[in-house]
Amino acid sequence: MTIGLGKDLLGLETLSREQIQLILDTAEPFKEISERAIKKVPTLRGATIVNLFFEASTRTRVSFEFAEKRLSADAVNVAASGSSVAKGETLVDTARNLEAMRIDMVVIRHGASGAARFLADRIDSTVINAGDGMHEHPTQGLLDMLTLRDRFKKLDGLKVCVCGDVLHSRVARSNIWGLTKMGAEVAVCGPRSLLPNAIAEMGVTVFDRIEAAIEWADALNVLRLQLERMQAGYIPSLREYNRVFGVTRERLERAPKEVLILHPGPMNRGVEIDSDVADGPFSVILDQVTNGVAVRMAVLYLLSGGKAELAEAAKGGA
Amino acid sequence: MAAPQSTLLDARAIERTLRRMADEIIELNEGTDDLVIVGIQRRGVQLAARIVSNIFDRETVKVHSGALDITLYRDDLQTVGPRPVVGPTVIPVDVEGKRVVIVDDVLYTGRTIRAALDELADFGRPKRIALAVLVDRGGRELPIQPDVVGKVVAVPNGYRVDVLVRELDERDAVVLAPSGAGS
Repeated sequence: MTIGLGKDLLGLETLSREQIQLILDTAEPFKEISERAIKKVPTLRGATIVNLFFEASTRTRVSFEFAEKRLSADAVNVAASGSSVAKGETLVDTARNLEAMRIDMVVIRHGASGAARFLADRIDSTVINAGDGMHEHPTQGLLDMLTLRDRFKKLDGLKVCVCGDVLHSRVARSNIWGLTKMGAEVAVCGPRSLLPNAIAEMGVTVFDRIEAAIEWADALNVLRLQLERMQAGYIPSLREYNRVFGVTRERLERAPKEVLILHPGPMNRGVEIDSDVADGPFSVILDQVTNGVAVRMAVLYLLSGGKAELAEAAKGGA
Repeated sequence: MAAPQSTLLDARAIERTLRRMADEIIELNEGTDDLVIVGIQRRGVQLAARIVSNIFDRETVKVHSGALDITLYRDDLQTVGPRPVVGPTVIPVDVEGKRVVIVDDVLYTGRTIRAALDELADFGRPKRIALAVLVDRGGRELPIQPDVVGKVVAVPNGYRVDVLVRELDERDAVVLAPSGAGS
């Protein structure tokens, strides 16, 4: 009956189906708060949250900040540039110094895979992973699932294809772990050079042709192709990538049914996705952004409060 | 250990009581103009819906109704263990200048109503807010009193009042049950 999340949210790999369900269900009533004239509830009054961003981010950082403020928490943003991190302070020292100022939660974005876990093991505050290297981006996975559930009313049996640079993508991993736990069928599609070698071991189907993926899928989650991948030799050229793997209107129109289009942003229009798809009738890209605030409010709410009892509940529930 | 459980109101008695409460709400507000009935999650919402339908039977006016989940406004969130489930809040009209009647099943400490008043204030500034409860069981911890009451009940130590509604509990009843027993 009592399912908790434990102390931290580090990834979807370590969550149970019931815990994911709890977060998605809790996000529903939080959507309404952002539609009110006064977009604020007093739930986290007195809680102090630090957003510790070691990598550039607009969407995720602003989304967390809105979620925190709409729950009445006090939020402080620390960016790596311009902070003591730039002077060579270690991650743990930075976090311990912040903790000495009596904080309750840290939301961390870091370029190294495992950074969130590393920090969570060393400080008492709740740690929320806002993206760690090529590992996980759990709140993105959750908001993708919430957006899919809004449209299809269920995740069980849904066919979702993650397209593009799966190899370097934390969004891909959180999607694959989360969606498969919720009973969806997951596939990936992209150049072999941008797919992990052991991808099939994650329980996904591999499509080499985007046309085949579109024909199979109910929804495509189109990943951003990081432009530096071309210099690193993963793909011959951006134009070539668009010609072979780009999600275009012509390709979608040839599909037997409508295919929902998700993208975690920021988009490279004309590379992995064409503008008339991104702005087209089957795109839910901006719904994802709206849902992001509700999902993060749900996560903050569920992780707040009596820590000991929560840990106990997580033990009983997971 | 099946301790005795007694029925304070059966389905027909609840129906009669809600009809009278609807009449009193109309009287209190001198009609149905600007009236908004807001039920508190959970069972207050079902009771509010029946009051709205009783008002329609009397006045042939469909008054606005809404639902309020006060979980996020509770004053004990830092002390309760796992986070309580949050239900939907639906306020379909602008409450600014309206006559709002909050409906709940049982009035006890008054803390739920305090939270509901805070939440309503975030939606606007009604002209008047009144409180209608099916059961007033005493035991207030805050200076809050109802305007319309279905039944006043004296509750012995170790007992609690449960309101059952057919939408959620398969039957309508108000029962006095030993506290500690599952509802």
